[in-house]
Amino acid sequence: MEIKTRLKDELSSGRFVITAEICPPRGTDVSSFLEKARLLRGRIAAANVTDNQRAVMRLSSLACSVLLMNEGIDPVFQMTCRDRNRLAIQSDLLGAWVLGVKNVLALTGDHVAFGDHREAKAVFDIDSVQLVGVVETLNSGRNMNGTELRGKPDFYTGAVVAPEADPFGPEWIKFEKKVASGAKFFQTQAIYDMDKFKEFFDKASNTGVKVMGGILLLKSAKMAHYLNNNVPGVTVPSSLIEELEGASDQLEKGIEIASRQVRELKKFCHGAHIMAIGQEESVVKIIEGA
Amino acid sequence: MIITKKKDINAILESLKGKKTVFLFGCNSCAEQCATGGEKEIKEMTAILEEHGIKVVGSSIPDETCYRQLILKDYRLKPELKEAEAVLVLACGAGVRTVADAADETQPVLPALDSLFLASVERVGRFFEGCSLCGECVLHITGGICPHTECPKGLLNGPCGGVAHGMCEVNIESECAWVRIYKRLEKQGRLHALRNIAAPKNHSAGTRPRKVLLRESGNSADKKGRK
Repeated sequence: MEIKTRLKDELSSGRFVITAEICPPRGTDVSSFLEKARLLRGRIAAANVTDNQRAVMRLSSLACSVLLMNEGIDPVFQMTCRDRNRLAIQSDLLGAWVLGVKNVLALTGDHVAFGDHREAKAVFDIDSVQLVGVVETLNSGRNMNGTELRGKPDFYTGAVVAPEADPFGPEWIKFEKKVASGAKFFQTQAIYDMDKFKEFFDKASNTGVKVMGGILLLKSAKMAHYLNNNVPGVTVPSSLIEELEGASDQLEKGIEIASRQVRELKKFCHGAHIMAIGQEESVVKIIEGA
Repeated sequence: MIITKKKDINAILESLKGKKTVFLFGCNSCAEQCATGGEKEIKEMTAILEEHGIKVVGSSIPDETCYRQLILKDYRLKPELKEAEAVLVLACGAGVRTVADAADETQPVLPALDSLFLASVERVGRFFEGCSLCGECVLHITGGICPHTECPKGLLNGPCGGVAHGMCEVNIESECAWVRIYKRLEKQGRLHALRNIAAPKNHSAGTRPRKVLLRESGNSADKKGRK
């Protein structure tokens, strides 16, 4: 029996698919989280729930994934390798499945050196390539040691790729390993150079996987500078920064830029994954403008 | 080589609180080269302790303080060592452990250093961590650069998404270990080695404490059994 997820259905249908990221709250008050989620309901195929993003402790991505499901939103349960060893990873994955979560996105995770608990032990017992493999192993009805499971999941397994990685050679090898390990869909890190991304997309989609381009909402020129100086793997081109600087309302301009990028993606890509970090209400405007 | 750094002197004085006499051990091997446990450092420590009213009754700088037989020899030949109220060791943790084992169990043996890592020595005074003694070497696949050690995340299948212009996201001054591995294997025409998926690490090879026994115990000079 094949379990359907809305995300899988939509990506399989060949329609252009939009997902967005929602960040869990730093505490137990989920009202604002749910408010943001409700705004997105019906407008996106699925919502990614981040897992202690930037190594900052927040409400669990699994709990928030279930909250989204209860709101009628298909969640993408993001799981990093930073905070759990292989026992906890497998256990939480099985837990997610019995609670109804069907999409998993496997990530390495930001190092604890960036977060709010810098003295923590960074686990990284397995890496993101191996995590994709673990999800597929559980899907096959076995655990990592080959022991047969009593009841198995059937996750739709996703992973991340950085099309603008510099250098690109090692990133491409890692992408191929994730594909070989069983990743079915990819949500990319933020992309800016559409021509280069199209080249990447053609090559990547040839492997048979679904690829959604990552769109990061630039809230201001200041944020773009901050990203360039502080956030690994993100380089906002100066032309976009100038565009933001010249605008009277920089957030509106950022939304306009994001809409434009989504429109570009619609011409060739399987979908767009919108990351609006704390500005989830802007996702609606981005989608409407695209 | 084992790299060490000096503990904060106040922490050392706190650990020696109430002691009137102390014997110092340095180490003529790693700690000497790290400038943490050689003759100069023993002299400096002696001066500081005396200033604080703690009498240094003697000192020794064995060739290797982690070598039990050398420490036992000091215990046999130096009565002041046995009589000291405490022993302060300017050597790595293995040195402290060895002295603590050789000492009478009533005598406190205290560390003066923090032990940091196993180093490759670029040249005198420049130390880099290149091996974490994991028990499962992969250097034949990774061009002699250890991803388990040199990647802060210990990733075994390639760089994380944080590599920016080839640099590591955590140690921003250093080139990403995986970028270095890639470049080196490219030069050796061995990039294919990176295409195989590395299995999750077998951490059981590093379960602590580890030991290697190449011979039976029972040296007659070694009266105390291993604990």
